Amino acid sequence: MTTGARRPVSGRRAVRTTGLSKTYGKAPPAVDDLDLEVPEGAVMGFLGPNGSGKTTTIRMLLGLIEPSRGRVELLGEPMPGGAAQVLPKVGALVEGPAFHPYLSGRDNLRRLDAADRSTGRADRDARISLALDRVGLLKAARKTYRAYSLGMKQRLALAAALLRPRDLLVLDEPTNGLDPQGTREVRSLIADLAADGTTVLLSTHLLSEVSQVCSHVAVMHRGGLKAQGALADLAARAGRRVRVDSPEPAAAAGALTALGLAEVVTDGTGATAEPGETPPEKIIASVVTAGVPVVGFRVHAPGLEELFLGLTGEGFDVSG
Amino acid sequence: MSAADGVTGGLLASELRLIVTRRRNIVGLTVLCVLPIVLGVVMRVYGPTGDGPPFLAGLTGNGLFLVLATLAVEMTVFLPMAVCILAGDTVAGEAGLGTLRYLLVVPVSRRRLLAVKFAALLIAAAIGVVAVATTAGVTGVALFGAGDLVTLSGGALGFWPALGRVALIAGYVTACLAAVAAIGLFASTLTEQPVGAAVGAFGWLVVDQVLGGIGAVDWLHPFLLSTYWSDWAGLLRDPVDVTGVLGGLISPAVYTVVFATAAWARFTTADVTS
Repeated sequence: MTTGARRPVSGRRAVRTTGLSKTYGKAPPAVDDLDLEVPEGAVMGFLGPNGSGKTTTIRMLLGLIEPSRGRVELLGEPMPGGAAQVLPKVGALVEGPAFHPYLSGRDNLRRLDAADRSTGRADRDARISLALDRVGLLKAARKTYRAYSLGMKQRLALAAALLRPRDLLVLDEPTNGLDPQGTREVRSLIADLAADGTTVLLSTHLLSEVSQVCSHVAVMHRGGLKAQGALADLAARAGRRVRVDSPEPAAAAGALTALGLAEVVTDGTGATAEPGETPPEKIIASVVTAGVPVVGFRVHAPGLEELFLGLTGEGFDVSG
Repeated sequence: MSAADGVTGGLLASELRLIVTRRRNIVGLTVLCVLPIVLGVVMRVYGPTGDGPPFLAGLTGNGLFLVLATLAVEMTVFLPMAVCILAGDTVAGEAGLGTLRYLLVVPVSRRRLLAVKFAALLIAAAIGVVAVATTAGVTGVALFGAGDLVTLSGGALGFWPALGRVALIAGYVTACLAAVAAIGLFASTLTEQPVGAAVGAFGWLVVDQVLGGIGAVDWLHPFLLSTYWSDWAGLLRDPVDVTGVLGGLISPAVYTVVFATAAWARFTTADVTS
């Protein structure tokens, strides 16, 4: 289900921030010197504990908040200066749905589309119907927004982001409030959009969501970026360990150390180490050549959760 | 779609539809329009007395005087309050609902959004004045007839010329309300609570009217808004005397420019965190 595997990711950047910072008064910066890069065509999971600065970053990307320092480029255009040119190509779901409670779902979308100078009136109703249909809300389109369940509200916000073709989608917790079926549908919708070439920046708390739909990941912590890149590269780099099972743990450890591996640890049944850039087959060959009796060999890649915990050091607690 | 999607036509039409279809606003407009009916019926039953609102004494001969009496009464509280409530909704209402961020990322430039909101507000204020004046006019003519209107110069105007004068007065009152709208628009850019913005703007008007009633600060009176709200008497002279009205229009013009500029300065630079 990983979308990155079937689509080439180009060298251009759909989102690029340079030294992006936001400071409120004397408090520690909400966002501190952020260099975020989302490659065109990627589905980037945007992770971080609550209060780590994800939402402030998203608001700066979209021109809602003015950065204290640094620059933002969306689809090659500087923000907020290029907002009029670039934002029509960007669909966004920011901090949950928000619509006029007394209008129907369809009338709310009509209002947003009427506000958009890049779209025409002639095909408005057709485009609205298409967007509502994509999120499974067509039957409830005439209900007032007030009568919507949380999941329906979330779907309407997604429909608003899909009112016209987009090159970039910025989605802040798009499956929040959805039932398991809805969650599945929305993830599949994101995968479809990505397959059509839309770049997606997906802010989420759900690591399973990241592993299911994301090709890339960026991890924020206390206003800074802890890591970013292709999910596979990141997982490979961070915390991967090799294990040699042997009746002579000390000899195994010696062979691993001789190879230049870091963090060599022995236990009762063998030794483990961080392979770094050394390929596993070379490690096996060296250990065997060194005369160590080997009864087993494994490469242990950490799960996304371990990776996340290792990067932020605090799991899902609120950043101070 | 009532208006074509021009430069801002689509958004303005959407904005107006939002205002005129909201139940609260319909109820509010109904209340505004009930007042002249009550006023007219009371005058018809008990006859005009000397201590009532101005212009009521003239009611016996011409129903259009009820329009003037109504506007004079409603400008003390009801019409400015209605404009303040609508103005509070403009930016603070969208911010409170969270819809402001979604309008801005459509994108709607902040300047355009503010201009459309202000335009819709002015149109809504004009709708309010016209609805109130029309109700008062119809009620007045029904109860008191459509005889000649005795001007303040002592002459008499036929019904249709008199109606023209009354329309001019309604226009003047609407211009005064534009200043109220600008104050409310600015207040609305300061908060995410529409009620807070409305109360703030209306509070300003109350202070304005209270100061206008204190003789000790008469040096301040030329700078107050409410000082000029009933300066349309010249329009009831024969021939018509516009000096009072033209002088009176300077005040709302200055207030409108100052507060609309302040709203623009605030809204185009503020972080949107709602």
